[in-house]
Amino acid sequence: MSIVSSYRLRLQRRRWLIRAVRKRRELTPVANRTRQIRRSDVLLFCTLRNERIRLPYFLDYYRRLGIGHFFFVDNDSTDGSAAWLADQPDCSVWTARRSYKRARFGMDWINWLLLRYAHGHWALTVDPDEFFIYPFCDTRPIQALTDWLDASSIKSFSAMLLDMYPKGRVDAQPYREGQDPLEIASWFDSGNYVIQRNARYGNLWIQGGPRQRVFFPDAPELAPALNKIPLVKWERKNTYVSSTHMLLPRGLNLVYDEWGGEKASGLLLHTKFLDTFTHKAKEELDRRQHYNASVEYRAYADLMRDDPELWCKWSEKYINWRQLEILGLMSKGNWA
Amino acid sequence: MSGVGIVMLVHTALDRAEQVARHWAASGCPVVIHADTNVPRRKYDRFRKALKDVDIIRFSDRHRCEWGTWGIVAATQSASEKMLREFPEVRHVYLASGSCLPLRPVQELIDYLADRPRTDFIESATTADVPWTVGGLDSERFTLRFPFAWKRHRLLFDGYVRLQRRLRMKRRMPNGIIPHMGSQWWCLTRQTLSAILQDPERATYDRFFRRVWIPDESYFQTLTRLYSQHVESRSLTLSKFDFQGKPHIFYDDHLQLLRRSDCFVARKIWHRADRLYEAFLTDEAHAMKRTEPNPGKIDRIFSRAVERRTRGRPGLYMQSRYPRKSWENGLTGAKYSVFQGFSEIFEDFETWLARTTGCKVHGHVYAPDRVHYSGDQSVINGALSDSAAIRDYRPRDFLTNLIWNTRGERQCLQFGPHDEQGAALSMSRDPNAQISVISGAWAVPLFQSNRNFADLRAEAAALQKIENDFLDMLRAPQAKARVRIWSMAEFVENPMEPLQTVIDELGARNARRLTEAPKMVNLTGFGQFLQNLKNQGMHPYLMGDFPVDPPASRPQPGRPRKPYLVKK
Repeated sequence: MSIVSSYRLRLQRRRWLIRAVRKRRELTPVANRTRQIRRSDVLLFCTLRNERIRLPYFLDYYRRLGIGHFFFVDNDSTDGSAAWLADQPDCSVWTARRSYKRARFGMDWINWLLLRYAHGHWALTVDPDEFFIYPFCDTRPIQALTDWLDASSIKSFSAMLLDMYPKGRVDAQPYREGQDPLEIASWFDSGNYVIQRNARYGNLWIQGGPRQRVFFPDAPELAPALNKIPLVKWERKNTYVSSTHMLLPRGLNLVYDEWGGEKASGLLLHTKFLDTFTHKAKEELDRRQHYNASVEYRAYADLMRDDPELWCKWSEKYINWRQLEILGLMSKGNWA
Repeated sequence: MSGVGIVMLVHTALDRAEQVARHWAASGCPVVIHADTNVPRRKYDRFRKALKDVDIIRFSDRHRCEWGTWGIVAATQSASEKMLREFPEVRHVYLASGSCLPLRPVQELIDYLADRPRTDFIESATTADVPWTVGGLDSERFTLRFPFAWKRHRLLFDGYVRLQRRLRMKRRMPNGIIPHMGSQWWCLTRQTLSAILQDPERATYDRFFRRVWIPDESYFQTLTRLYSQHVESRSLTLSKFDFQGKPHIFYDDHLQLLRRSDCFVARKIWHRADRLYEAFLTDEAHAMKRTEPNPGKIDRIFSRAVERRTRGRPGLYMQSRYPRKSWENGLTGAKYSVFQGFSEIFEDFETWLARTTGCKVHGHVYAPDRVHYSGDQSVINGALSDSAAIRDYRPRDFLTNLIWNTRGERQCLQFGPHDEQGAALSMSRDPNAQISVISGAWAVPLFQSNRNFADLRAEAAALQKIENDFLDMLRAPQAKARVRIWSMAEFVENPMEPLQTVIDELGARNARRLTEAPKMVNLTGFGQFLQNLKNQGMHPYLMGDFPVDPPASRPQPGRPRKPYLVKK
């Protein structure tokens, strides 16, 4: 990498940071409990809109994992999400009325909160429909992972997005509040992911899964990116560039081994495809606040009208992280 | 009080250190604790106060212990001196850390050492003989100087090493001692340890080792050799190292594994592994029933972890394994076969192949319209789609995915110049690929088709060029696939022999002689067809020499050829 391009990336990193600082004005605090944070806490950051029904299980799941404090940015919800979260003892909540799109899909807000509160902590940035799993997550809390990463001098941890879907019509089974969404959306595609290296940022660009298979069979290049780096030992100089797909400085994107070995990695089980989705897709399409002129949501809306089924004969049913490790979707690396 | 004294080096998780120290002391082992000066004053005072009630737990002078530097040795020296001075009945000194955990009742350790009063347990091997060292520094640990901390001043550290190498600077071992290395955790007898600590030459040795890299792995290991009457070169502490030389950490889910270890002490334990501390820090009455030791199992688990980190699973491409070109260590996950020209020459080649070999036989998976999976499925293992667009988006990934998803079952693919060629180069360089080509066979479908000759001619020229490029790849020096190429004329002359070779190489379950051959298409007039192409100025050369007029000895035109049998 030449000095010029590395300097360009540095300027770009600065720009995102300044932008995050500027965008902080769009955030109004609803509940700020950040003084409770202890030095060793793992922090969770999340932007959401109208996800009230998912929140109880979401909090429950991540509390069990060992998250110490939750940061939420509520983007103008109308279902009382913000008020409900503000009542939780371990959550700090902000609202943002302004455009999600203009805040680079919420990333500016999150970058600001990370900059302000996460320095020196491990920070996990996820959506309300994403469930983080990592090797040994059934027997070891998240601090075991972060302690090990610290001891190994690793600063970022990869977790690819794995789209989960139900068998049958996506809207056949209603989701109840507090329920584990994986009880309904328990199927996934195990081996149709394609990868390319991004020369500029050094990250991998992964596509595939049911969304490419069903929504984009004729235009696979439009399928959404699945690579994510949600868990980062945060420092003030860090910034997310595009969603949690990649970061600057570039070194944080090197979550993969290039010499034949496997680094440790996890997955984000993405439970977007529940009965709530059909409604949500319509709403999001009207709002036009999503990436690439919401091309993804247009494709969903078209398909969902006719035959909303993602399941196929070769879909795999989720059992546990060991299954996903054997399938090669995640890896233990040298953590044993 | 027992004859075993414990020297404990602690730097974090003082609550756990306290727990373990109490456990040692409860069995009568005196403990001398050294706490890193990095531990804040207030924490340290609280720690000392908490242990004040136990008389046989003492604290030594404090040193700064930075990884890889002299501090750890200095700490060990101070604490050991205090131990030998203040507890005269101690016969063996066991060096442990705050994150060590006794796996077997302490009394067993005491008895074990009492039975071996003159034995020093210290892993100690000459530098030439050990492969452990990470980062290329083994004998240079002793011959170069290391004044800079690796963790804080990486650039200075590396730069100074380079400089010394360039200037060919070398240190000599004092008094001609022979450097030995081994695990930092040892158990020495009072005799040996006091001989080391009271050596009149100690100042010389200390001065030398102060500038050695990671002296805690060599100071005692080297000097023990000068005095010990009986060295048993192994550590009584179970500790496993990963590929970077860091110790593996034990967690709650290792409980069953650790119970089956025959070691006395394990390191290192995660400080929040409550179940481990609960299970092992009990008195004998509450100790779990012992199980048959099986230390090999721990070994296997951790060496497999290292293997996975360094070699990975061949043929897997995923978020945390994306090898650079030629570092894949196996481009694909399993062996597979590619057939070019066979399904053109034989009418029922695919079904015949599946029946004969029991393999999974696909059609033209790179066909332009869609992926022709076996059994005409629209999706296959791993939910791999049959969309041509998705496949052509990343043709190599399609291949590696297909082979990875179906690992355990041999895959056979049809290929040809009609097909998308994006993965051709990868296939030719893949040692897992067995590629058999009948060159020129693509002309048979053209010959059978009912199309205008001008179109046929243009297409034939294009296909011939594509196939020629593919053959060039297969014949290139970089090609790693197992390749067999026959010209069509050669193949038609005697089809059974090549077929038999291919099938044998496939490693089919019934490695018998072929008894049934696939049915060949009727080639009457094919020679004339080729001649017509030639007459039009297009020169078909890949199929070899086909005679225009069949000689009289050949089967009569019009009568279809029968499948032939070969005698056993």
